[in-house]
Amino acid sequence: MKIVLMGNPNVGKSVIFSRLTGADVIAANYPGTTVDFTKGKMKIEGKTFEIIDAPGTYSLMPSNKAEEIAKKLFDEADLVINVVDATNLERNLFLTLELLEGNKPVVIAINLWDEARHEGIEIDLKKLEKILDTPVIATVALTGEGIKELTERIKDAKAKERKKTSDDEKWMEIGRIVKIVQKVRHRHHTLKDKLSEASIKPVTGLPIAIFVLLISFLSVRFIGEGLINYIFDPVFEIYKIFIMKIGNFLGEGFIHDVFIGKLIDGEIDFMQSLGLLTTGLYVPFGVVLPYIFSFYLMLAILEDTGYLPRLSTLLDNIFHRLGMHGSGIISVFLGLGCNVPGVLSSRILDTKRQRFIAATLIGIAIPCMAQTAMIFAILGKYGIKYILIVYSTLAIIFISGGLLLNKFLKGESPEIFLEIPPYRLPNISSIFKKTWMRVRWFLADALPWLFAGVFITGILYSSDIISKIANIFSPLMQPIFGLPGEAAIPLLMGFIRKDLAAGLLLPLGLSAPQLAVAVTILAIYFPCVATFAVLLKELGWRDMIKSAAIMLFTALFVGFIMKTILI
Amino acid sequence: MEISLIDLEPGKKGKIIRIDGGFGFQRRARNIGLREGKIVKKITSQPFCGPIVVEVDEREISIGRGIAMKIMVEV
Repeated sequence: MKIVLMGNPNVGKSVIFSRLTGADVIAANYPGTTVDFTKGKMKIEGKTFEIIDAPGTYSLMPSNKAEEIAKKLFDEADLVINVVDATNLERNLFLTLELLEGNKPVVIAINLWDEARHEGIEIDLKKLEKILDTPVIATVALTGEGIKELTERIKDAKAKERKKTSDDEKWMEIGRIVKIVQKVRHRHHTLKDKLSEASIKPVTGLPIAIFVLLISFLSVRFIGEGLINYIFDPVFEIYKIFIMKIGNFLGEGFIHDVFIGKLIDGEIDFMQSLGLLTTGLYVPFGVVLPYIFSFYLMLAILEDTGYLPRLSTLLDNIFHRLGMHGSGIISVFLGLGCNVPGVLSSRILDTKRQRFIAATLIGIAIPCMAQTAMIFAILGKYGIKYILIVYSTLAIIFISGGLLLNKFLKGESPEIFLEIPPYRLPNISSIFKKTWMRVRWFLADALPWLFAGVFITGILYSSDIISKIANIFSPLMQPIFGLPGEAAIPLLMGFIRKDLAAGLLLPLGLSAPQLAVAVTILAIYFPCVATFAVLLKELGWRDMIKSAAIMLFTALFVGFIMKTILI
Repeated sequence: MEISLIDLEPGKKGKIIRIDGGFGFQRRARNIGLREGKIVKKITSQPFCGPIVVEVDEREISIGRGIAMKIMVEV
């Protein structure tokens, strides 16, 4: 039996899903966190049920891709758990009535019950249950309150033949229901309301936005660097002694080359040795992981407080000119962690055109955190100057790319129409749980590819294929990018993992300006295989080819300009 | 007096009396909480033709200008 969780955006479906199935899903305080569905299993009284977490939707008449998915899931459902926001009963009931008219058994979870009580909202559940003629349970998904009762009442839900009503009739009915079941005590304006207004009015909102972004950036850098300097580097120093011994034991030969790699000045160089147990472990754990952790920690805080939709509103203007709307900022933030969820999240944008622009711009100009960590590691020793050059170049590409696509692409880019959730104090354990989830996913996704990449490059370098590739690309790399032919190898490896590819630039003995050009092209020219797969899935072949052509052209163009200016 | 949400001054309230535009749009507006009879308070409007922000039923909604133009309120 298939049970689907349905409800308006940002009512806590994903948290309930986690509670029911014990599965890990990402939840956050903004509408449109879930853009795809997640499946899980749950046992009730010995029977196993399949549970599906659907994207949020206001009605069964979809207005974006995420809502289309929700509608499709409803059609396939055997039973629906309708999650309702207790603090916003009236609006939520519209979907409830639509679901009930679908002639499927429906159980209603009135979630955020604690918040409603706190706001002075009282809902008479018994009366509501009687009127709707289906089980109604109060829940607080975050603490687990009411979840047990919810599972117990699933069996009480029966499909009933109900009269189909028009929209107007539904709203009339809702008005009548709300009058009977809900009492609202007068509410005083709180500090939260004041903060909410301040962060959305431009005069105060823009300084707040700059402050929040600056603090976030500095924290990511501070925590990332701190972890590297005080934990990961010392650990790898000790590890180095150990691995040197193993290296000596193995002696020279193929096995040594694969696992330990080349010795540089008689020593293991974690960035350049290219062995599975040296570079293969150091890049993901020693360089990237600390930044992945610190980035996702900050992102979780930004997500769960509810600040992001406010930022969307403040920056909507700019994003609208780039062919998207303010919600695109959320895709950019997710993309800064990893391009895959970034591209997926573009489903909350309304039209195909907007999604194409968002996905393409993320693919071109938003380096993922793994790449960023490597860029910092490689260029950091030359001071902040080259890092700034790389990121300003990418920012210029993002903006001019958006302006151009918006001008020349056919189709419409609808405006923002976004509900802003209330501010919430993030729950510390949820924050760490979510961060840990994403760190785990990073490791699971990245390690196999990284090992594959290190392995392949190790073999390439110990044969003469490398010089052949270098010779082929030399006439292209030198005049266009001012880079040696060998730089083609890291660029080709970029398809597998961009962080590793950036590391492969090190042994080439490039100058700082050359490195800056190389890492920028690496970021632009083509997405990594994981992002490629998701772009293909989201855009389809035709648009994917279009998008890839734009990327390649941009890389050539920007690389040439950078070379001309820098080298 | 009947004006659109654009012309409503920040800090002022109005009662929604009409939603212009196609059926799909009207439905979407009503679903997000902007319905005839609701009292909305304009919080702010972003500069350079950015979106406006209104509060309805204790919820803030940010609305692009073109959309806001179609929502008429009485003040």
